[in-house]
Amino acid sequence: MALASSAWTEPTGFTGTGGREKDGVGSTKAESRGARLGRVARAVGEATRPRRYSAGALVAHGVTGRPWRPAWRHHELGSTYDAVIVGAGVHGLATAYHLARDHGVRKVAVLDKGYLGGGSSGRTSGIVWSNYLTPEGVRFYDRSLRLYGELSGELNFNVMFSPRGHLTLAHSDASLRAMRWRAEVSKLHGVDSEVVGPEEVRRLVPLADVSSRARYPIMGALYHPSGGTVRHDAVNWGYARAADALGVEIHQGTEVLAISTAGDRVTGVTTNRGEVSTPVVVSCTAGWASLVSDMVGLSMPIITRPLQAAVTEPVQVLLDAVVVSGTLDVQVSQTDRGELVLGASPDPFASYSMRGSLEFTEEVAGRVLQLMPSVAPMRLLRQWSGLCDITPDLSPIMGPTPVEGFLVDVGWGTNGFMAGPAAGQAMAELVATSRTPELMAAFDLARFAEGRLVEERDAAGVGH
Amino acid sequence: MILIPCPHCGPRNASEFAWKGEHRPRPDPARASPAEWRSYLYHRANPCGWTTEVWFHRAGCRRYVTVERHTLTNEVRRAVPAGGER
Repeated sequence: MALASSAWTEPTGFTGTGGREKDGVGSTKAESRGARLGRVARAVGEATRPRRYSAGALVAHGVTGRPWRPAWRHHELGSTYDAVIVGAGVHGLATAYHLARDHGVRKVAVLDKGYLGGGSSGRTSGIVWSNYLTPEGVRFYDRSLRLYGELSGELNFNVMFSPRGHLTLAHSDASLRAMRWRAEVSKLHGVDSEVVGPEEVRRLVPLADVSSRARYPIMGALYHPSGGTVRHDAVNWGYARAADALGVEIHQGTEVLAISTAGDRVTGVTTNRGEVSTPVVVSCTAGWASLVSDMVGLSMPIITRPLQAAVTEPVQVLLDAVVVSGTLDVQVSQTDRGELVLGASPDPFASYSMRGSLEFTEEVAGRVLQLMPSVAPMRLLRQWSGLCDITPDLSPIMGPTPVEGFLVDVGWGTNGFMAGPAAGQAMAELVATSRTPELMAAFDLARFAEGRLVEERDAAGVGH
Repeated sequence: MILIPCPHCGPRNASEFAWKGEHRPRPDPARASPAEWRSYLYHRANPCGWTTEVWFHRAGCRRYVTVERHTLTNEVRRAVPAGGER
């Protein structure tokens, strides 16, 4: 909030600034040295600060034809940082943003071997919901959902948060019982979640076949009105722009090749662009988490599995809710462009390959038609795949590790996108204060050795 | 599409198989500490490259097969009966 009101305030007079820049160095002869330095400092200051996006700014830029400043800058790789974050996706960028904004830690570099938001953060179906099964999960995802609700205003970037409602369908008595359980856990923690009958499902999703003729008749659903969708790219870009404005350096195309340690302490990282010394490395690397942990000799309880999705051609508004069915193993939502987004479980084996498969397309299409027979004439436009870091209990791994200075925010599996804002806030607090926030305490790495699993198998995602 | 050369049935589509995960030696349950046992249960090498794993030919011979597969390209270079079975 502080950002929006002070740091990003638009300086007055667009045309005035433009004229001043055009005068350039040539007209400085008569100027005093002090005035010239002041002007240079002002120009540098303005160059490093993104302008606030607003309707007024849009009109002004349209009228003057002045180009927009890049939302984030490119930097030479420095030699020392207070913290290095590996992975420029939602989690890494949110961590960097909160480090700079909440804790004043601004000498931070976010490194990514590819491009910003090009991993799982750019491949998610963008569904957000918080009615999980465990109290730890519900509390965490609820914090994240609330942060998503405020994110557009906070970042001055429209992330298209759309709490349109989230329905998890039940096709058996057993799933209805599990949903009643989830509904009660959610309500206990102030999350709106209720079991509804087939008639209510018909009202919310006219497209769904709720008849008893279906192979797997819909017996009810867990309805979560505040769940919905968020535009994932906008979240990446919004966090990147806000973090950049606070002084965080984002280095794309910068692959971490090794992490150096002295004793049991992190001392720096080796990248394809040079060496960097830092006391803190935060791994926000999703499907590549095991490979980064291997660099400090740390074994992780993670399996990398590809998660595929597909979209249909765009059509008029058909579906005003997110519909998930564990039994049918399918998830359907409609984007603002009108495409139906179809998702399922991760591929049934470990792989780092991000290629789509015919098996997926055939199966997901068949399942969607069982659920919504009337979409049969629609054509699939494209399919893609992202990598998920899946843990045995489908809860994340967050916090310190036996290697001092090596912190992880991984193991999110299919739930990473919706957890991004809360994870960023919590990880930033951990980095800045060295204390583990209560919100994430249950998700420590040691729980696997100590047998304290946070079992989300019945709630986290479509089916695993 | 991944083809697995089942030593009993010949090359078959991977969708006929159930993936059982990395091949790893099972510690002696009588001697392993709880931490060692949990590490066996939960921790995985999860390599990006060649790995040895176990697949179950669910829709075929219903036997276990030890497979060497590259996890980035999904190329399979070897499949033999699991556990030295003949």
